[in-house]
Amino acid sequence: MRTVAPIEIAQPHEASLSASDREAVFETRGLTVSYGKVPAVSNVDLSIYRNLVTAIIGPSGCGKSTFLRSLNRMNDLVPSAKVEGEVLYHGQNIYGDGVDPVEVRRRIGMVFQKPNPFPKSIYDNVAWGLRVLGMKDDLDSRVERALTQAALWDEVKDRLKKGAFGLSGGQQQRLCLARAIAVEPDVVLLDEPASALDPIATSKIEDLMHELKNDYTLVIVTHNMQQAARVADLTAFFTLERTEQGGHGVLVEYDETP
Amino acid sequence: MTTDAARFTLAPSRRTKRRKLVNVAMQGLATLAALSAVAVLALVIVSVAQRGAAALNLDFFTKTAATFGESGGGVANALVGSLVLVTLATALALPIGVLIALYVSEFAPPRVADLAQLVLDVLNGLPSIIIGVFVYGLLVVGSGQAAWKGSFALAIIMLPLVARATQEVLALVPPTLREGALALGASRWRTVLGVVLPTSVGGILTGTVLAVARAAGETAPLLFTTSIVANTVTWDPRQPMLSIPLSIFQLSESPDPADHARAWALALVLLSFILVASLTARTLLARSRRKLER
Repeated sequence: MRTVAPIEIAQPHEASLSASDREAVFETRGLTVSYGKVPAVSNVDLSIYRNLVTAIIGPSGCGKSTFLRSLNRMNDLVPSAKVEGEVLYHGQNIYGDGVDPVEVRRRIGMVFQKPNPFPKSIYDNVAWGLRVLGMKDDLDSRVERALTQAALWDEVKDRLKKGAFGLSGGQQQRLCLARAIAVEPDVVLLDEPASALDPIATSKIEDLMHELKNDYTLVIVTHNMQQAARVADLTAFFTLERTEQGGHGVLVEYDETP
Repeated sequence: MTTDAARFTLAPSRRTKRRKLVNVAMQGLATLAALSAVAVLALVIVSVAQRGAAALNLDFFTKTAATFGESGGGVANALVGSLVLVTLATALALPIGVLIALYVSEFAPPRVADLAQLVLDVLNGLPSIIIGVFVYGLLVVGSGQAAWKGSFALAIIMLPLVARATQEVLALVPPTLREGALALGASRWRTVLGVVLPTSVGGILTGTVLAVARAAGETAPLLFTTSIVANTVTWDPRQPMLSIPLSIFQLSESPDPADHARAWALALVLLSFILVASLTARTLLARSRRKLER
């Protein structure tokens, strides 16, 4: 199926489509994101494909997170951030006129570096987004489905009304994942989701990604080469290009995960 | 051996001794200054309690001032007046103060936010007599005094206190929480309502309690707005009402020594309320800080 044979061995969970069948979810064209006048990441052309796990990897400061955050307009929250170029999402520029960032984020969910559950009960953490977006029919079963997909249901089903801060870091991060997928996004962006977790919790998150890519398109930022190899179908390498103003991230290679 | 001990002597030289002396003296002065603050507070509390406690009885709390020539009577009208005045003022200042804080910390561009903060600080520093005169000119001239006009003046005093306290606690809400909510496709306002405000409610209450304590003791803004002698107990904010601080002033001006005792007793009531409120505020703040820091 795959065009590059050796990868089949490295990827036991192989389920990715052959290159010709891939459907692009994102295409960035000349994407440059600057904070103030200093570009953090410069001139990126990258396609991200449906139902695949795409890893973004590179040294610290190379703009991987900035790039990821430009995919769901989270950079809008930074007043000095400026985006040039295009981010096409199913063909439409998410920075174009008439695009509502709230609608963008509703379709493109995100899991952050540090688990950030709301100071609410476990149930309400997942249900809050559903309520906000008006997906109130069958709330209980939606919550259960999301928690099951995040492999957390069995651990929390007896304590749904308890506060989310009582969970371990790994459980909190899976709760955040459940919260993100409960609202049925198209894409889930993960910004170093396991960097604050122990190895066991990390491997749980990684296992989950293999499951979740059947339903979602996943983009994960990691600084861990092994993690990229374990979870990703495609890997984009960013590096830091030194310039007079300091340095900015550039995409140097994008290929099937070796 | 002996030469080494002489060269590396660890006994204090004259210079060191002098430096030590200065150190001890300054430390002593600073400690004394701190103690004097405590002493002043203690003196106030003790003297007010000593002189006021005797006049505290049931009549004091339930009756209004006795008619001229009779003995006894109480300050029920002032107590009810202060309760109504401060409650109304809080009802005005709390929502507006919180909204101001939300605007400044969640919505305003940084430059506007700085300006708004400056305005709040200036408002906080305005002498309360000026606020009293302002409200007098705005609402009282031509139509007479009323309790709600006093509440309006008190609300102006409370506004910057509530807003600044709310702002401080909003700054403690981790930005990652806001990001988490926004990343779900929630609007700014839903994020504030659903995640930011519930997290900071303890701190907002703290600020409100402190503002209430401040407003309860304010005299000047009420002087122009609701100071006409109101000897009956009324709950109607369209009527002028007596308040605790004004009543203390009036009673202490009276020729009757029994009234002086009542003034002290009323001062004790006000002082106790403010002390309890401040302690409650501290406890609330400690609890909400713990909640935020997990």
